[in-house]
Amino acid sequence: MSILIDKGTRLLVQGVTGRDGAFHTQQMVAYGTRVVGGVTPGKGGEKIHGVPVFDSVAQAQSATRANATVIYVPAQFATDAIFEAADAGLELIVCITEGLPVRDTLSAYHHVAKLREQSGGRGPRLVGPNCPGLISPGLSKVGILPGQICKPGPVGVVSRSGTLTYEVVHQLTRAGLGQTTCLGIGGDPVIGTSFIDALTLFEADAQTEAIVLMGEIGGTDEEEAAHFIRRHVKKPVVAFIAGQTAPPGKRMGHAGAIIAGGFGTAAEKMAAFEAAGIPVARIPSEIPRLIAVALERRRSRRRAAPAARASNKQRAARRSSSAAGKAARRPKKSRPGAPRRGR
Amino acid sequence: MNLHEYQGKELFARFGLPVLPGQVAVTPEEARDIAASIGGAVVIKAQVQAGGRGKAGGVKLANSPDEAMSRARDILALTIKGLPVRKVLVTQAADIARELYLSIVLDRGRRMPLVMLSAEGGVDIEEVAHQSPERIIRYPIPLEGLRPYQARALFQPLLEDGSQVAQAADILLKLYRVYSDGDCSLAEINPLAITPQGRVLALDAKVILDDNAEFRHREWATWRDPDEETPGQRLAREMGLSYVRLEGDIGCVVNGAGLAMATMDLIKHYGGEPANFLDIGGSSNPEKVTAALKIITGDTRTREANGSAVPSVRAILFNIFGGITRCDDVANGIVQSLKTSPLQVPLVIRLTGTNEELARKILSDFGLSATTSMDEGVRAVIAKAQEVTA
Repeated sequence: MSILIDKGTRLLVQGVTGRDGAFHTQQMVAYGTRVVGGVTPGKGGEKIHGVPVFDSVAQAQSATRANATVIYVPAQFATDAIFEAADAGLELIVCITEGLPVRDTLSAYHHVAKLREQSGGRGPRLVGPNCPGLISPGLSKVGILPGQICKPGPVGVVSRSGTLTYEVVHQLTRAGLGQTTCLGIGGDPVIGTSFIDALTLFEADAQTEAIVLMGEIGGTDEEEAAHFIRRHVKKPVVAFIAGQTAPPGKRMGHAGAIIAGGFGTAAEKMAAFEAAGIPVARIPSEIPRLIAVALERRRSRRRAAPAARASNKQRAARRSSSAAGKAARRPKKSRPGAPRRGR
Repeated sequence: MNLHEYQGKELFARFGLPVLPGQVAVTPEEARDIAASIGGAVVIKAQVQAGGRGKAGGVKLANSPDEAMSRARDILALTIKGLPVRKVLVTQAADIARELYLSIVLDRGRRMPLVMLSAEGGVDIEEVAHQSPERIIRYPIPLEGLRPYQARALFQPLLEDGSQVAQAADILLKLYRVYSDGDCSLAEINPLAITPQGRVLALDAKVILDDNAEFRHREWATWRDPDEETPGQRLAREMGLSYVRLEGDIGCVVNGAGLAMATMDLIKHYGGEPANFLDIGGSSNPEKVTAALKIITGDTRTREANGSAVPSVRAILFNIFGGITRCDDVANGIVQSLKTSPLQVPLVIRLTGTNEELARKILSDFGLSATTSMDEGVRAVIAKAQEVTA
């Protein structure tokens, strides 16, 4: 299992004839993604790496029954591409393009959100912009993440970065910790899919057993994610924040990575996770070990849980009926030194 | 891009916001002539992009053209927060009865523009935000835009006089157009001043532009102030590299912003001090690598010990995780760069990912080697830097 993409994903590539679009179409096809069509206005009828090209998303969609699209068009045209995909009824819109003006992203974000609301939550979902896309190892990849560093497994990964995600995924894979889906949500101040959206999906995904969340300086998405995890996520989460040494007021490459007005520091974000009982890796290479520990703890608890419930029942049966309710509760295990959730 | 106050006021005036007449001067004589043409009392304001200009002596009142000249001379000799003052704004002085704060900024959480308004104007708003956030009124602007009644409603609790409310609301509506049509990340008036006669004026302008929107604003190119950039920053901008100078002595060249930040953090974690943030971006060609090395080695600063400018970097780390970036491109860039200008400091290379083997071959043919682990690379570069120091 996975989130957002799997073997059933039928993908369009917007900007398929461009340099990046053509290259990554080839890469995605080689990985096994079902790329069913490409879109470049004025180039309908051509073929790129065996993929038929259409003049519009609507034409491509009706000819191919595509349900997802990935956007590689230049920044000036990317907003229009998002609108076109949303209006053509695509369920998943992944915008790789970076450099969109915030004003444009805002209009695209709210258009997609409106369509989604009108369709009762089944409408389009935007990932990005300025993101590496996502990969469900062994099933499908949409975007630019290198396929060879991933392997199937129980870890869900969500991140605001590109290459830092590769770094951590690579380390997870080498530690024998495969992934359900690795999702890059993008480094811009306004993005479609948030940490909270991704956490919700991973929490509901049966195969995902632990989650890695990689944030960075700027904004308050990480703090909100920490509050959300405390209340709504039962699966173990390990967090990492990039930019602990970043100076205030300077944009660190990503448009969204800036400590503004003294807000958005790595220290605040790390404190928010720690306050919610979520282990925070100080350096990327700590992440695999923290995940391995979390997985082991979750699995041993699951192994223990049915037995504990059974013995409690027996004990409860021997006791008076008035005490049965209390005794039947799962005993709280004390885990010295273990991070505790404030739940 | 951050605008100077005088540029921000030009932008404000274009959208019909009430700003007082003024002009920018680079010499004391120009300041005198501008003061004479304005007539009466003027204020001389240092044009540097730093807060706290007033406290640093960068804002002075002058009652005559000659006084304006001497004040301008004093201010042009100042350095405020490390920035030498190269320009002053000479503007008509105003009597102030009250000062408010007004700005529009992006609310990232709500994904909407946000009006921030406070009765505490003329002071450092960041301090107010931290100390007493309840004194700032926050109003998210609806998707359909801001309506006049909404703008009036925001000011009604703060201003008793109906005419002042109307003027302030008009300013807010125009400021929203500056923010939206002008593709700003921040449009701030601090103070929004009320004169004893009841006029409402934008006495300062702080504007940050969304660099991504430059393609639809040709005039922005003329606003870029070359004096605000170091040669390294200029080269970085021209080559499409993200570069931020820091205080340490370990240079780093990384592909990707998140990995670049994590590399800085790791250098610090293992006891070193990063000299910079530098992201060579996705599809890096050899020229970008050459430029990156030039920027880092060209970063000199004066050390107290002997008073001469010395390179601030004692060792350099490449941390490359190949995805779109091909490791062989980076290796070629390193080799080409070293052939033309050999490095004076040790170099540690970490490469992994796309075309890694090819890159290793290119490097080893040139007598260089590379590690595959980020932690190892960082520890190695710190050790090299310490050898240089010792």
